[in-house]
Amino acid sequence: MTSIISFHSVSKHYQMGDTLVKAADDISMEIQPGEFVAIVGRSGSGKSTCMNIIGCLDVPTIGEYLLNGENVGTLNKNQLAEIRNRMLGFIFQQYNLLPKLTVLENVEVPLMYAGLSKAERRQKAMEALEMVELSDKLINMPNQLSGGQQQRVSIARALAGNPAIILADEPTGALDSKTSRDVLGLLQELQKSGHTVVLITHDNSIAVTAERIIRLEDGCVVYDGLSDAPEAVVISQSIMEGGTQS
Amino acid sequence: MKIGESIHQALKNIVSSKMRAFLTMLGIIIGIAAVMVIVGFGNGMENYMKDQFESMGTNTLTVTINGRGSSRSVSEDDMYQIVEDNSEYLDKISPTVSVSSTVKIDTETLDSTSVTGVNEEYFSIKDYGISDGRALQYLDMVNRQRVCVVGAYIAQEYYADDAVGQKIRIGGNKFTIIGVLNQQVDEMEEGSTDDMILLPYTTAARVLSAGTISNYTIMLTSEDFETDGKAAIEDALYSIFESEDAYRITSMSEMLEMMTSMTNIIIAIMTAIAGISLLVGGIGIMNIMLVSVTERTREIGIRKALGAKERFIMTQFVIESAVISAMGGLIGIAAGYGISAIATQVVGAVLDVSMTIVPSAASVVIAFGISVAIGILFGYLPAKKASRLNPIDALRYE
Ligand SMILES: Nc1ncnc2c1ncn2[C@@H]1O[C@H](COP(=O)(O)OP(=O)(O)OP(=O)(O)O)[C@@H](O)[C@H]1O
Ligand SMILES: [Mg+2]
Repeated sequence: MTSIISFHSVSKHYQMGDTLVKAADDISMEIQPGEFVAIVGRSGSGKSTCMNIIGCLDVPTIGEYLLNGENVGTLNKNQLAEIRNRMLGFIFQQYNLLPKLTVLENVEVPLMYAGLSKAERRQKAMEALEMVELSDKLINMPNQLSGGQQQRVSIARALAGNPAIILADEPTGALDSKTSRDVLGLLQELQKSGHTVVLITHDNSIAVTAERIIRLEDGCVVYDGLSDAPEAVVISQSIMEGGTQS
Repeated sequence: MKIGESIHQALKNIVSSKMRAFLTMLGIIIGIAAVMVIVGFGNGMENYMKDQFESMGTNTLTVTINGRGSSRSVSEDDMYQIVEDNSEYLDKISPTVSVSSTVKIDTETLDSTSVTGVNEEYFSIKDYGISDGRALQYLDMVNRQRVCVVGAYIAQEYYADDAVGQKIRIGGNKFTIIGVLNQQVDEMEEGSTDDMILLPYTTAARVLSAGTISNYTIMLTSEDFETDGKAAIEDALYSIFESEDAYRITSMSEMLEMMTSMTNIIIAIMTAIAGISLLVGGIGIMNIMLVSVTERTREIGIRKALGAKERFIMTQFVIESAVISAMGGLIGIAAGYGISAIATQVVGAVLDVSMTIVPSAASVVIAFGISVAIGILFGYLPAKKASRLNPIDALRYE
């Protein structure tokens, strides 16, 4: 089976004046379809950089990123937009709902870009909202919802087009622990229904929701393994040194 | 993604900030309304002039003799002969002698009254009817009678409609009023066609020393013979003067054409000036669209993350700009109609001219087209900017 996400020595460099910032430094990893992976690390460790590359919002400076076997680096902007629409569902920390659209319309946006008819869109958006238990909020505006509800709308939006990969960048960052658990539960359900879920977080207690953890430190992978292994959540120099195996 | 949905979204955005949208449209509204009114004014003017010329008779020619470049001269009898010789085309002729002497009734001076010496045919050439007394007759010409026919305005204003038999002083000479003309225009006024005195051209030429008889009004047998009639007179006059500079023959339709082309030039200049407002309006739209792109950077980032292609973002902004501009255009068209209607009333009341200022259907279509085009044109740059935004930067934008 081909990996759905495959990084071959991916680096992302930013030139800031005289210094070269290595936001991602020679990262190699394989994620299989249907996996639930958490990418963890401290602030500035390169999590969002990885997420942007996985999400086809950005391309590596060096190295190759294969999405479902296809080299993303060779695609043009339109093709990238199409892949984002078809293959990827984004869940952001700040929800990123469109404030002038209703809940239902927000969920319909990716379906609209996919070229679905109005009726199909409505149908799929309603199904997605049902799954996150927001069927009673269809015509509400985002600012009329609680943070947890808004995040559920954004989950509905991410899954409405039935993409292979769900990418969640700190999805619980703005939520209390109870609501966070609901959201993480939804992500687990998504995995069960066959999606590949990539969860990005700085919080170990949230990362353990995933089956597998990839830990980043200064743009490098320092741990890649099961989440229930003791070294997965412990951050120490010794483990860092011992954990650079992949 | 269909155009209809983009328009729907654009309308939504516009409705969510009505005041701003309206202010943005203002330049377009003013520009379009101004163009509409000016074009309407031009149409009204053209129609008005057409009416005026038609009421003066499109079947007449005016001949002016100045004798330039020739030692010969032409008498009124020669002119009569020319008309007679070409009776196929030319029907009647009357000399017209403008008199500039002062007109007095008792001690009152009539400044705006036009005084013209004419012959007995003039009344049928101009289709002037007599409401009281009689018209000028051949004998009045022969005898250089000091008689005159006055317009309805004078009869009403100075003689309480009892003018016949009364005296009027023209250039110090006493004239007897022998007839009153029918009312010519709806609203009689000083200086209007009804404020007029007609007297025998012989009297005008000799007694009032209005100079030689050099102007003639000739009636054609039919409007269709304008060219033929004109050519016939030209031939005859040329054979006498042997110079083309010695006379000038003008037809009413030629004069109308001249006047129309003159007003058209004025209208074109005014329209161009009003067009500047459209340009300013377009720049205003571009400005607000650039602001809007900045404000909606995050939205653009989200849409791109969700799979919007550059083309879509581009279309969305261009359509929004076109919709704003088109709405401005529609409001401008409505305003243009409103202002035209008011202007018609005002012109009627102030200038006492019944001129209808109405924008043409073509100008409505063109105005709408122009406003949409401005929206697209000036929305293009901001839209391009929006579509080129890097999704990551856009998502990070606060
Ligand atoms: N556009 C950029 N220009 C310059 N440096 C950048 C840029 N984007 C990221 N970086 C740098 O790359 C490094 C990794 O950034 P990244 O956003 O991936 O971190 P992160 O792990 O997501 O952190 P956080 O948990 O705070 O979101 C940081 O040092 C950051 O300053
Ligand atoms: Mg981050």
